[in-house]
Amino acid sequence: MEIEKRDPLLAKQVTARDMLRGDLDGEDLERYVEERVVTTTFEKMLNLARANSIFPLTFGLACCAIEAPISIVTARYDLARFGAEALRASPRQADLIILSGRVSIKMAPVVRRLYDQMLEPKWAISMGACSSSGGMFANYAVVQGADKFMPIDMHIPGCPPRPEAVMYGFSKLQRKIMGSPDQGWRARYNAAGTEEWARGGPRSEPSAEAAAAYEEARELALA
Amino acid sequence: MPDAPGLELIRQEIERDLPGSVGATSYEHGCAAMIVDPEQILAVLGWLKEAPGQRYSFLASLHVADYLPAEPRFGVHYELLNFDRRERLRVKAMLADPGEDGLPEIDSVTAMFPTADAQERESYDFFGVVFRGHPNLTRILLPDDYVGWPQRRDFPIGGEPVTFTYNEHNRG
Repeated sequence: MEIEKRDPLLAKQVTARDMLRGDLDGEDLERYVEERVVTTTFEKMLNLARANSIFPLTFGLACCAIEAPISIVTARYDLARFGAEALRASPRQADLIILSGRVSIKMAPVVRRLYDQMLEPKWAISMGACSSSGGMFANYAVVQGADKFMPIDMHIPGCPPRPEAVMYGFSKLQRKIMGSPDQGWRARYNAAGTEEWARGGPRSEPSAEAAAAYEEARELALA
Repeated sequence: MPDAPGLELIRQEIERDLPGSVGATSYEHGCAAMIVDPEQILAVLGWLKEAPGQRYSFLASLHVADYLPAEPRFGVHYELLNFDRRERLRVKAMLADPGEDGLPEIDSVTAMFPTADAQERESYDFFGVVFRGHPNLTRILLPDDYVGWPQRRDFPIGGEPVTFTYNEHNRG
């Protein structure tokens, strides 16, 4: 076919114009469509977009923070390759929280509140031994595992994990997002629909319309 | 550092002005220390700060140690520093544990050394030593609703036992 021989950089433009002109028809058109068009469901497409445009929260708890939010966005490791280079300084703009380090019992309610402030869809990675199990800090001051007070989607072992391990965990999370975004276990942590409302203070109730619209959007998002 | 004879000279001078305030002195590892009567801690520290020839005017650190099972149990340590002579002096006040009745108490030195503010709060936070006259004696590092004094030696260390495969095998 004549189109295949053209400059590949120009191929897309040219073939689209050719299609408009009606140069292809019949068998050629069928084959062209089969080769270049992918059909999928809306949910899959949505999850694909979500998994590849994650906005992590700029948030560090301890030494793991050197590896996770700091190292992996540098040029050497470059999380931008997976579409998550835009770290957000506000939980309301973020959809991934990486617990990078030990969670003290004083910090736990703060972390939980940050998680609650994030809007759906949202995910949490527990990074390192400390936030996953308390690690070496088996004492009076450190929470023995962050999943005691909030739902964790992915645990990354290590003390601390290398940036490669974090990226591996991140790609696992992406796979999870594309496969089954909500496994229905977040409700066990009372972590569904707990977002705070910015308008009028942290504990104010939204108006009925806003709440209904929000519920609708959330159900769509979680469907 | 005042050397051992220098420490004895300081002790004699304090005893002249404040009789009965110094209980003992020790000079170990090049570190001069005085154990003083906790009821007179303000007078002793004030004397060391103001007296001509002493001028230990900087409180480098204030901390508490739990000497369980020794009695008296708690030691409040004041690390004093003279900038001009670069001499350090440690002052200890030993406090008995009132047990279930309440918490050990000592006078606060925040009026004399403003730096003691946060350090006395930390000592209260971890050891439950009450500093009388402190402007805001609340917990500083632990949550406000924390129960107990975790740096005391009889406080359970906390955490959860971890079942390693190795331990499981050994236990049978």
